[in-house]
Amino acid sequence: MALENLFKVVTTRFNGNSEKTDQKPVNSNNIPDNLLFKCPRCRNVVFEDEYKALNMVCPKCGYHGRISASERIELTVDKGSFIETNSNMLSKNPINFPDYDEKQQALRDKTGLSDAIITGEATIRGIPVVIGVMDSRYMMASMGSVVGEKVVRAFELATQKKKPIILFTASGGARMQEGILSLMQMAKTSGAAAKHSEAGQLYITVLTDPTTGGVTASFASLGDIIIAEPKALVGFAGRRVIEGTIKQRLPDDFQLAEFLLEKGFVDMIVERKKMRSVLSHVMRLHGYEKEVL
Amino acid sequence: MNDKTAWERQCLIREKTRPTVNDYIPLIFDEFYELHGDRHYGDDAALMGGIARIDGIPVTVLAEVKGRDLNENKKTNFAMPHPEGYRKALRLAKQAEKFHRPVICFIDTPGAFCGIEAEERGQGEAIAKNIMEFMRLKTPVTSVVLGEAGSGGALALGVCDRLAMLENALYSVISPRGCASILWKDASREHEACEILKITAEDMVRLGVAEAIIEEPNGSAHYDVYKIAENIKEFLVKTLKENSSKNIDILLEERYSKFRKIGEFTE
Repeated sequence: MALENLFKVVTTRFNGNSEKTDQKPVNSNNIPDNLLFKCPRCRNVVFEDEYKALNMVCPKCGYHGRISASERIELTVDKGSFIETNSNMLSKNPINFPDYDEKQQALRDKTGLSDAIITGEATIRGIPVVIGVMDSRYMMASMGSVVGEKVVRAFELATQKKKPIILFTASGGARMQEGILSLMQMAKTSGAAAKHSEAGQLYITVLTDPTTGGVTASFASLGDIIIAEPKALVGFAGRRVIEGTIKQRLPDDFQLAEFLLEKGFVDMIVERKKMRSVLSHVMRLHGYEKEVL
Repeated sequence: MNDKTAWERQCLIREKTRPTVNDYIPLIFDEFYELHGDRHYGDDAALMGGIARIDGIPVTVLAEVKGRDLNENKKTNFAMPHPEGYRKALRLAKQAEKFHRPVICFIDTPGAFCGIEAEERGQGEAIAKNIMEFMRLKTPVTSVVLGEAGSGGALALGVCDRLAMLENALYSVISPRGCASILWKDASREHEACEILKITAEDMVRLGVAEAIIEEPNGSAHYDVYKIAENIKEFLVKTLKENSSKNIDILLEERYSKFRKIGEFTE
């Protein structure tokens, strides 16, 4: 290469006018996306396949990662026993929040969910139960009118049928796009939990990663038995908000399930692979038996 | 008719000269004895409680306390309660239930405090427990929003039979500043978020969250604290008379169904 050409290359790189700038960088190794999973807790990197084979549990530190509501239901209830309720409920845009409708439509298309929770009836090792599972892929499972209403209806169904209810929580909190209506869902769901409790029925909360904000400050904290998955993040205020208030970095284990256990806000930490067994035993200890067909 | 924008009201209620609950209590109640402590951990000055008499009727008063200057605010933590504040409120509410006293709550808080100790002592659990227990508290509960009502920290005193908003008071699920920083990654656009979030007293009545708006003389509580205290008292006495004559089971059912029907969806 002639010397002046070399300078040309350098200048084009500097002024960014190269013809090639529109092209994406070529990945010479052709490494596909989603091959590796980086654990947000221990920061170890493992193969995605290995992580998936363990039902999204980090093999190094035991962090129980996020799973979709349908995967959760499949792992938890007896095969073929799940009957979904209120599956067609959709949020409106009560305060005409900008881009809310479009955002929801895009998420419905992407995830196949209608909102951030799936509820229904099922059996766990033969014991009939009402179950609700939140899905953090849908607007960080924030609670708006639909989540609130479905939780309330699940409590009402369980009260009416004298069944226990199990709610797997995950949430960023109240859904600001629905304004004050989302805050009122906290009152509504807590009231329904109270009625179910007064009817003498069992409510088990399973706190999964991450459960925060308005959901922590309402029905998630009201279970008769509160279970958490290992290393799930559970708290009221977000980590960044607290760090902003106190102007210092928080320790890594702050607001993890183990921290809550130590502080007395969780009854037990249960691994995903033992969840079915623990749930069924706890229900039996409360007098719920297998359905006699 | 109040023609101020939400942002104008936000600026107004943040002014240091706006009266706080400490200004109103001597003007509304004939006597007031403050009661301290949650009996578990400590006493939280951000949430004050006590027994009082209004128009001859003994009541329990719970109030989030904004300071009038920096020193007072240091003591009351800018009206941001810790879990022990909410637990004190619940203790006193249960006491009110036992002695058949109606409960009156004054809401004026940016929100529950966000800090390490608050998390360690279960801020979420404390608020959740209050919401659930107030929902079935067997005595009439009336709440008044004096200034700002921020999120769960306000709702912990907001599960009631009747909610009134002062004319310029605001009730929001998230601080407009927080909303702006999430939505546009720019907290300085909070004045826009104020309008989007629908947080005014009129919005609350329209959305079924509040039942009454208490007029502020000449457009703002600053100008005449005596007149506005009189307006608050008038609302409280009227509401107490209405609710005290009701059968408690009917009152509780109405309280639940008021919240039960809030939400908009299709199916």
